[in-house]
Amino acid sequence: MATVAPTRVRGGRGLGVLLLVLALLVGLAAYALVGIGFAGTVPADVAEYGLGMAVLSFGAWAVVRWRAPDADPVILPTVVALNGIGLAMIYRLDLSYEARGRAHGFADKQLAWTAISMVLAMLLLIVLRDHRTLRRYTYTAMVASLLLLLMPLVPGIGHTVNGAQIWVRIGPAGLQPAELAKITLAVFFAGYLVTNRDTLALAGRSVLGLRLPRARDLGPIIVVWAASLAVLVLQSDLGTSLLLFGLFVAMLYLATERVSWVLIGLTLFAGGAAVVATVVPHVRARFDVWLHAMDDDVFNRAVGGSGQLVRGLFGMASGGLFGTGWGEGRPYLVPYAESDFIVASLGEELGLTGLLAILVLVTILVHRGMRAAIGVRDGFGKLLAGGLAFLIALQVFVVVGGVTRLIPLTGLTTPFLAYGGSSLLANWLIVALLLRISDDARRPAPAMRATAPTPDGGIPSVVGGPSLVPAEQGRDDQHGDDQPTQALGRVR
Amino acid sequence: MNAPLRRLAAMTLVMSLLLMGSVTWIQFFQAGRLNNDPRNVRTLYREFGNARGPIVVAGAAVASSVPVDDSFGYQRQYADGPLWSSVTGFYGITGRTGLEQSTNSYLTGKSDQLFFSRVRDLLTGGSPQGASVETTLLPAAQKAAIDALGDQQGAVVAIEPSTGKILALVSTPGFDPNQLASHDTAAASAYYQQLLAADGNPLRTKAYQDIYAPGSTFKLVVATAALQAGTYTADSTLPAPTSLALPGTSATIGNFGGGGCGSNPITLADALRVSCNTAFAQLGMDLGETALHDQAAKFGFDDANLAIPMSVATSRFPSGLTQAQVAQSSIGQYSVTASPLQMAMVTASIANGGTLMKPYLVDTVRAADLSVVSTTSPQVYSQPMSAGTASTLTSMMLGVVTGGSGKAAQIPGVQVAGKSGTAEVPNNAPNAWFTAFAPADSPKVAVAVLVLHGGNLNDEATGGKVAAPIAKAVMQAVLGR
Repeated sequence: MATVAPTRVRGGRGLGVLLLVLALLVGLAAYALVGIGFAGTVPADVAEYGLGMAVLSFGAWAVVRWRAPDADPVILPTVVALNGIGLAMIYRLDLSYEARGRAHGFADKQLAWTAISMVLAMLLLIVLRDHRTLRRYTYTAMVASLLLLLMPLVPGIGHTVNGAQIWVRIGPAGLQPAELAKITLAVFFAGYLVTNRDTLALAGRSVLGLRLPRARDLGPIIVVWAASLAVLVLQSDLGTSLLLFGLFVAMLYLATERVSWVLIGLTLFAGGAAVVATVVPHVRARFDVWLHAMDDDVFNRAVGGSGQLVRGLFGMASGGLFGTGWGEGRPYLVPYAESDFIVASLGEELGLTGLLAILVLVTILVHRGMRAAIGVRDGFGKLLAGGLAFLIALQVFVVVGGVTRLIPLTGLTTPFLAYGGSSLLANWLIVALLLRISDDARRPAPAMRATAPTPDGGIPSVVGGPSLVPAEQGRDDQHGDDQPTQALGRVR
Repeated sequence: MNAPLRRLAAMTLVMSLLLMGSVTWIQFFQAGRLNNDPRNVRTLYREFGNARGPIVVAGAAVASSVPVDDSFGYQRQYADGPLWSSVTGFYGITGRTGLEQSTNSYLTGKSDQLFFSRVRDLLTGGSPQGASVETTLLPAAQKAAIDALGDQQGAVVAIEPSTGKILALVSTPGFDPNQLASHDTAAASAYYQQLLAADGNPLRTKAYQDIYAPGSTFKLVVATAALQAGTYTADSTLPAPTSLALPGTSATIGNFGGGGCGSNPITLADALRVSCNTAFAQLGMDLGETALHDQAAKFGFDDANLAIPMSVATSRFPSGLTQAQVAQSSIGQYSVTASPLQMAMVTASIANGGTLMKPYLVDTVRAADLSVVSTTSPQVYSQPMSAGTASTLTSMMLGVVTGGSGKAAQIPGVQVAGKSGTAEVPNNAPNAWFTAFAPADSPKVAVAVLVLHGGNLNDEATGGKVAAPIAKAVMQAVLGR
């Protein structure tokens, strides 16, 4: 005994600190360079800003170390870097707006929201000791989602900005509840699907090789989905509809492993898009703008033209390979450069190289989330982490794809980068959930810790033994097929 | 559930790659096209923010950028703006024209030929500077042309026949480029709108951007074709009736003033001297459309690629004509059209012994460190006629000035060869032409003058009365007499 000590993979704690320092430096250097590029000097409050961000980030790091010690060390630094880049660009745009006498002060608000979001995310991490707790609130999450989505339609607190009725105003704070609804819907979908996946996956007739689900299995989920989409179409917020729809289809596919869901989803989407495009004029206009952006008459159209899109493209083109440098370009020429078009602003000043680096950061974040989903043992955690990671990927795809004319433009914020408190808060909460799930995924199996290695040093024989599966896990995991795979996967 | 998770992860990777692809497409592959889009104000801002190179005439900058304390950084200034506006064009928020447009890549320093100085600016941290564009213009000739035109609408082009250097290029009415270059966008665009609405279209440079019926000056082309055919000499006789019936129609061609041409038949030389319409109409029909067309093309007609470096409106000799139309075309009517620059080229090639030099405005381009980026060397454009034909035409054109319709172009002590033209314009006074070169024995300048709508003489105008004195003034200025 004890000749071979089981090695615990603690996931590079030192690496996490190093990455976090790097991430902070990225944000801080960006902030300083904005000052140098714009005014020729480093901003006077660079030390305070650096200190504040460092306190927040290392505070978050400490909370993660305390409450989720096995969590993926790459997630937090990646998000801190993205958030820092976004803050620097918003600050940079503020300077230009101020110089031109336009509305400004976005950076201060975004900084405040960053602090609030990080604190709330860490609170969530502290309070939520086990992500499986959320499963108890499956139907609460459903009700919460519907309420959140309906809130902007309530007279008195509902608020319309630029034709989209997606805001609520409570006191001085404006919120986009749909951002938070993303999370509650993911929780609901995960809880519902993990319970009903067998019925969804196995029941139903097979038509042309595709197993179609039974109507009654579809019922509740279709109702919620249709309700959320209906509300969003009423509120004219296409981006969020697309996002929630994508989340729904992706999670259905994860739960059932059936391509028929994807096909049904895509068919529904194509049909819906076609109908909406013919019925709703401003959706038709979006398609028109997408297809004919460079036409003079579309470009010059006062309302619903391609001016903003094409100006964003001009900005990105003028950035070229290496960008103009922080504070040296003219991103403020694009309307909503600090929110919907922050990607174009970043493309202009950081160039193709900078934008690719940002996309790589996002890709890393998404894949760390996916890895947590693959690593975690319970079906609910898998669905939730997979869904949330996909949500980030899809949101970035819809925004950047829209801005670069890959797909029609819809109004969405870029996670962590764009100006917007609700979006920032929602995405930081997603990060907290991913950290929580990754902690669970990377925690060495208790079974292994408790068991001596088998004499041949091979796969522990405990994997199949129900008695050695912790009671908590056995209770929660309804799909035994995941268990051996995970146990195997965890022997490193 | 891991298999679908892995597939979903793979799909997010594909989505990321798609985004990276589309970003690369915009910022790398499409960047050039987007940056050159005229709607892209960034390009304008960026150019405004750099020191744009000057446009230089005879060692003095007529257009230069001076640093100013506004959001653009530099203000384009034009010294004696209206005098040079036909050449410089303008550079402002509403756009750019003239040399400001056609030599823009030099002036901004973005030309490939300036690549190394750009790299140096990048390495040394110096701010990019545009190259200076030095023109071939002669200030005296330019001033003489604009003064002589006065408030008449028209154009003057003067060329050095042996090289093709453009010595003067004027179009009236002109404009003040300073007002168009103003950074006060509202004022600049108000002035622009005012120019658009103004009588005489000041924004168009008539000297090379517009084409007109050349009238009798086109008889030089017909005479060249006749002499080049080998079957005609200056003394060949042509029928010169008072009125010539056009075959296949009921129309006739008469002579100016409705009379005869002094004799019938008439020699080719005398027909040119008195600008005998009937003789030239018959001559044109005898030579045929193909011969006239080919001759005109050798002078530069129908060349859509001619640039000085601004691209020149294409002068036309129509094809697929009936004999009646050939007759009308031979006297520079019907749908024959020529720019003033084109007529100056015709005369310049006669002056240069039959060799037409390619006209050009930019002599030297110098980088900001005064190193020469490029120098234009004179190029032969074509050989429209033999030296013999050129010399025959010269003596015929001398006759026009000494004893024909061009007496007003006589310069004491200098032999001037010329040809007048008076082109009828529907519902308006005729356009007056005169084209000439001097001195006839060793030509230093060839000039073409167009005065629109009769100038100050209205219906009384002829090329000899209205345009010839202007040509004389410009030639005197070049010759220093």
